[in-house]
Amino acid sequence: MKWGVVTFPGSLDDRDALYSLGTVLGQHIVSLWHKDRDLKGVEAIVLPGGFSYGDYLRCGAIARVSPIMQNVVEFARAGGPVLGMCNGFQILCESGLLPGALVRNRSLSFVCEWARIRIETAHTRFTAGCEVGEILRMPIKHGEGCYVADEATLKTLEDKGQIVFRYVNEAGEITDTVNPNGALHNIAGVTNAQGNVVGLMPHPEHAVEALLGGEDGRKLFLSVLAR
Amino acid sequence: MLARIYVTPKKAILDPQGKAIAHSLHTLNYAEVADVRMGKYLEVRVQGLSRAQAEQRVDEMCRRLLANLVIEDFRFEIIEE
Repeated sequence: MKWGVVTFPGSLDDRDALYSLGTVLGQHIVSLWHKDRDLKGVEAIVLPGGFSYGDYLRCGAIARVSPIMQNVVEFARAGGPVLGMCNGFQILCESGLLPGALVRNRSLSFVCEWARIRIETAHTRFTAGCEVGEILRMPIKHGEGCYVADEATLKTLEDKGQIVFRYVNEAGEITDTVNPNGALHNIAGVTNAQGNVVGLMPHPEHAVEALLGGEDGRKLFLSVLAR
Repeated sequence: MLARIYVTPKKAILDPQGKAIAHSLHTLNYAEVADVRMGKYLEVRVQGLSRAQAEQRVDEMCRRLLANLVIEDFRFEIIEE
């Protein structure tokens, strides 16, 4: 499968995403640049983590208006699979492809640690190969990962099964103690109504090899291939 | 013309920075401080527009980029220079 990874000025994890997909998972990878106006025939798109455009104005706000994002929005609206990780999730929210927003961590501190997230739905392109209730371990590293949305939006997300991942403890329970950033309802990731666009704060691309501490991240990428 | 734009976190959104600042003011013995909300202030200079046009365009700029209406409110004033 042909995957495109978008690099914005200030992206950090684009290389890790390319490595995970290309070297580890043997996928055909294409590096896309923020000024490109052509998706080069890719079949899935990854928006990586980092600090695109220095996080100026708001995280993801400037990236959202970059040339390539116009193509990404069209691709997503046509049903193409798009995964945003960390800063990529922030960009998807800013672009309106995903509901809600990500604000400063409740603690005001940057968090950098391993987190456990529970799969809440398998009805997305990136969790189709997972079991509901399954717990995945992945690193998180962010300063603005507190997911917020108004009450009506949260209710819709809950009712329609658009919450994809929640922070949980070892036993799979949602507790405030394991909520690393203050995200409402312990939300770590959400999807759009169609299930083809998924955003999450954790980093699946940093969890693809035992040497890196875990392989759970593979499941998200492999889910796309399963269909 | 100059647009003075104020972007502030919505009331329903937790503002941890504002809370930390309020706490620091209390530490400095400003016990009267009841609440602090921290936002952004922008100055945008526009040209070649009537006042009514400037108001309409700046409002659009705020909605499309300068503020994220999911988490922020905005208000602005237009100053003739």
